[in-house]
Amino acid sequence: MTTDLDSFRQQVATWLNDNRPPTPDFLLPESFMEVGTDAQFQYLRAWQHKLYSAGYLGMAWPEAYGGGGRPQAYQDIVNAEMARQKLPFVPNTIGLNWAGPLILAIGTEAQKQRYIRGMLSCDDVWCQGFSEPDNGSDLAACATKAVRDGDHYILNGAKIWTSLGSYAKYMILLARTDPASQRHRGLSFFLIPMDAPGITTQPIRKLTGEYGFTQTFFDNARVPADGLMGREGEGWAVAMKTLTFERGAAGGQAGGLARMQLGVDDVVELARRSRRDGRPAIEDPLVRDQLVRFLTEAQGDRLCQSRALIPALNSERPDALALSLKLRWTEHSRRLLQFAISLQGGNAGRWVGDAGAVDGGLWPRSYFNAFAATIGGGPSQIQANIVGERVLGLPKD
Amino acid sequence: MPHTLSNTIRFSDEQAMLLEAATSFCREQSPSSAVRARFASDTGFDRAHWQAMVDMGWLGMAVPEAYGGSGLGLGACVAVAEPLGRHLFHTPFVATQLAIQGLLAGGSAAQQAQWLPKLAAGAIGSVAVFEADGNWDLHAITSWAHVAGATATLNGAKTLVPDAAVADMLLASMQVDGAPALVLLTQADIAGRLQQETVIDETRRSFSLRLDGLQLPAASLITGAAATQALAAIRQAAWLLAAAEASGGIAGVLAVLVDYLNTRNAFGRKIGSYQALKHGSAEILCNLERARSQMFHAATVLDDGATGAAAELALRMAKADAGDAFVQAGDRAVQFHGGFGFTWDCDAQLYLRRALWLQPWFGDAAHHRRHLAGLLLDAVPAAA
Repeated sequence: MTTDLDSFRQQVATWLNDNRPPTPDFLLPESFMEVGTDAQFQYLRAWQHKLYSAGYLGMAWPEAYGGGGRPQAYQDIVNAEMARQKLPFVPNTIGLNWAGPLILAIGTEAQKQRYIRGMLSCDDVWCQGFSEPDNGSDLAACATKAVRDGDHYILNGAKIWTSLGSYAKYMILLARTDPASQRHRGLSFFLIPMDAPGITTQPIRKLTGEYGFTQTFFDNARVPADGLMGREGEGWAVAMKTLTFERGAAGGQAGGLARMQLGVDDVVELARRSRRDGRPAIEDPLVRDQLVRFLTEAQGDRLCQSRALIPALNSERPDALALSLKLRWTEHSRRLLQFAISLQGGNAGRWVGDAGAVDGGLWPRSYFNAFAATIGGGPSQIQANIVGERVLGLPKD
Repeated sequence: MPHTLSNTIRFSDEQAMLLEAATSFCREQSPSSAVRARFASDTGFDRAHWQAMVDMGWLGMAVPEAYGGSGLGLGACVAVAEPLGRHLFHTPFVATQLAIQGLLAGGSAAQQAQWLPKLAAGAIGSVAVFEADGNWDLHAITSWAHVAGATATLNGAKTLVPDAAVADMLLASMQVDGAPALVLLTQADIAGRLQQETVIDETRRSFSLRLDGLQLPAASLITGAAATQALAAIRQAAWLLAAAEASGGIAGVLAVLVDYLNTRNAFGRKIGSYQALKHGSAEILCNLERARSQMFHAATVLDDGATGAAAELALRMAKADAGDAFVQAGDRAVQFHGGFGFTWDCDAQLYLRRALWLQPWFGDAAHHRRHLAGLLLDAVPAAA
């Protein structure tokens, strides 16, 4: 088995290296949340299609639905090799990491036959409808209504932060089926077609000036009732199950690289080739001190993942590492990228599109996009409340 | 290519049991009333506690079985040092461990045979490696020994010698013929030559040691590569155990703080419900989690027998991270207690003082980052 995996790793490395897509003449997005132009979308869709056609995506998913039917270890090798070679990510993230695992876990045979193959090939793009304009981080406040009408549900309301909303064929949706219900009760979970009558999308322009999300409106939209996942009223539990796929806790994701995140090693490399005051930035004592601070912090978080596996070193507050993870990682990343801009000396003020911008303006754009992580999925300030209340036991405000 | 970082942490069932036992012992024997009561004592610790620690085998954990210890290594020592730090429980445990590491790495066979069994059985050890200028470079030594025949004559003075007044033996750094060396001194040698220092952490007992004219058998000297190795081992153990005490200290001060935030009312509500204080406390927790992970990683690296750059990287990172995180936690804990935090009676100040003692002990965070920068950012010389 080990020799098998070793030779597979070599084969993958060679294939990826030979089939790396050419560098485009535009800046690529770093995740599926940032796909803002048709050119970016087509490029990434073609890349996912190529990966899947070569057998490198959904490798552990059942063969009957288009997967590879192989042990997860093979997909893990592909994922690691994609990251190592810094290849573009695969864009159908909501399908591959959320909807797909969910359908395979609790979907009907017909749903598996209908949806899985197209999401792997990226012929069918998926998006997610959880957040709402008036209820940013508070999913349980969901106000979009779904009313049963024969073989259909009638949807009314609005969702926001729909990544790939302009390109998606399907959405996973959380809506309130019991109008008298409060909070977590009375919600239901749906797979819906985005081309249903009464669904419209409106692109949102981000602080980077680019597009990447839509707001999605439901105006008496009619969707087939067979898209209900689980039973009516069980939507919260299904949504939570879906989020465990996202967090990788339950496994089951199709694989592939979900994002091309710039890390501290990239910033060190930037410092090597950047100049401040006529000298390489990496020779500046203050820059060196900052770099070591970031390296230490990143290493600390990496080591927290190792320590999380040892119960005896988590006995006092068993949830501390898991519940502080998002706060630690996302804030680190935001500060790191802000620092990276400062390495670029007098050219630090140049933006995407300027011929003199370092790496085409990648760094300031990445810094701006880092706010997607510090805000999305519960802003850092909410995360700090969670740590304070659920980990430290402080009173609610 | 610069050096790369490992990410393995191992913690055996044996270490887990030790951590649990030490946590209970420290919690029971070192409430803050006891910590404060020990301020007035000469030695800063209670002999009965020391004997209990000896009886539990804690002093022999890093001593090989051949010398009467259990040979568990430094990874076991952090499982004791962390709870000691959490409860501000000062004993000569850390000082003795440094002496043990120095002897193991550089002591002569006779010195090891004479002292390791005694130290494992409760004799107190210490190290004298700092001088008046506060330099953290342990090779920058101005004290010197002149050897004539079988006699060595010492000159100069050492500072910041922990628990020297109760030490049965200590290793002091010297220059001999311009090279770093160590000399093994006994209590009889140093009696009358100590001056107690006034230090910020009142749980500690720290001394300066005047050497001028002290004459010893030349066989007391450790020279050459043995001396360099002993100094390196002392330094590594000091970094690790300081990081462990700091990791425990952050957890301790956080517990003191959370307790107050859950008790004190202001403007009609518990002050812990205010986000300004809640978020500041969450930041302490995040820093604690990272520092604690770094510390147990460094212990793993040492237990795996790593030396040179791999050990130095893990240990300096652990020391720097824990040092900064503890100072920050102590500082915020004083502030978040409000008016009570400004008083002597508030335990937050005890931890802040401990943090400000540990931060410069064997190098502060900025010092370690400067060395880490060389290891992490610069190419490894081809010869290395």
